[in-house]
Amino acid sequence: MENRDTNISGVCTPDIGEAGLTGEWRDERPVIDSTKCIPERKGKPACFLCWLYCPEGVVSMTIPVEIDLDYCKGCGICAEECPPGAIKMVKEVDIDE
Amino acid sequence: MSDVRIITGNEAAALAVKLAEPGVIAAYPITPQTKLAEVLSEYVESGELEAEYIRVESEHSSLTVCISASTVGARVFTATSANGLLYMHEQLHWAAGSRLPVVMCCVNRGVGAPWSIFNDHQDSFSQRDTGWIQLYCRDNQDILDTIIQAYRIAEEVYIPVMVCYDGFILSHTMMPVEIPDAGMVKKFLPPYKPHTTLSPDDPKTINSVFFATRRENSEGILCDGYMDMRHKLQTAFEKSGKVIKNASREWAAMTGRDHGGLIWEYMTEDAELILTGMGSIATEATLAADALRDEGIRAGVVGIRAYRPFPKEEVVQAFKKATAIAVFEKCISYGYEGGVCSDLKAAFYGTDIKTPIHDYIVGLGGRDVKTGEIVDAARTTLESIRAGKTGNKTIWLNCYTG
Repeated sequence: MENRDTNISGVCTPDIGEAGLTGEWRDERPVIDSTKCIPERKGKPACFLCWLYCPEGVVSMTIPVEIDLDYCKGCGICAEECPPGAIKMVKEVDIDE
Repeated sequence: MSDVRIITGNEAAALAVKLAEPGVIAAYPITPQTKLAEVLSEYVESGELEAEYIRVESEHSSLTVCISASTVGARVFTATSANGLLYMHEQLHWAAGSRLPVVMCCVNRGVGAPWSIFNDHQDSFSQRDTGWIQLYCRDNQDILDTIIQAYRIAEEVYIPVMVCYDGFILSHTMMPVEIPDAGMVKKFLPPYKPHTTLSPDDPKTINSVFFATRRENSEGILCDGYMDMRHKLQTAFEKSGKVIKNASREWAAMTGRDHGGLIWEYMTEDAELILTGMGSIATEATLAADALRDEGIRAGVVGIRAYRPFPKEEVVQAFKKATAIAVFEKCISYGYEGGVCSDLKAAFYGTDIKTPIHDYIVGLGGRDVKTGEIVDAARTTLESIRAGKTGNKTIWLNCYTG
């Protein structure tokens, strides 16, 4: 049996995935070129402007930098802010899975 | 011994609010509501009422304060009139959509432009579709009793309630009003239980964007989309009629005062001619019915107490034997006719009621309408229908239409 939503007003829990997989909205995907990405090239924590600017908080401050595509809406801010231009926005239709 | 005081409608409203013990009041003064906001502030200042009275810079803010306070679990009250109510329009939708049991008084006044401070129903009528229950009071006792019932109704169905009463005609006119015992009110009105409470211990996001489709949340529950939430509100409205009637019945059992649930009737049992309306004009129509009966015309009155939810089944029952219907109403849907008239016709559609309806638009911006004028109008309606004129008509009474 379906688990019914008993809320009578628009109540949500602040939690990952509460609004569904918002990554489904994306039509362009950020793709990172590891040869240009500063922390990867230097092999130590540095830059991370993509992490800082991401409005969805889906970029990790790790080496290598990872983007959670379940929730990345494809806004392209990371690509815009990346100093070495390591992030390219690629149309989803052109992605070869 | 009963406590009967000779007071205005605004004072009766303030006493009712005090008895309901709201935790938060936010109101911005506007004629003819002003005295209500003032008396409440005096109760808070003197300590007679333990509530927080939050001063605001506008009506939009006063309702916003009530919405916020209601969300965190407080019983709330606000009041306004005319353009103040229109300024609240967005927040009216917000309160209803959030299913918050806010109770508000609308002291009915004509809407500008041009400015009027005097009575008609265009203000609350314009807010008909905001998802609020609307109850119209016939006299000052009804105002006091209805406000107390309004909290009971709102907190049971989680729909905000607008208690409407006529500016000046009731708000500034003194009548004897029986003040109920505080202990009895407490018994009638259990404490407010919010459906959701905002608290740092259990954080919630409320009223974020809802999409056209349903969505699965983080716990895997398929959550309603916008349209499903709206349907829940409509379903609650469909159940609210029964709750309004129950509240009225229980209050009558405790106090001996029955103002009707959704409608009230006066000498309709054998009536060939039924006069109808909302608020004090319907009370005045009872005097007209008496005068018509003196002339040998079997007249009666149906007072519409609940305008939303509209009492569809009750009006069909009440009007089924009438051969002529005269509506007296203080509002109009421009380009069509009065709102009560349209709703009655819609309720009668598909039933055996084929009675012609004359819709009298009366008293806009406080234009006087005397009992004798209601008598003449209703008699004209009956005579014209008896003469075989079966068409519906809209007539502006006491208006120089040129």
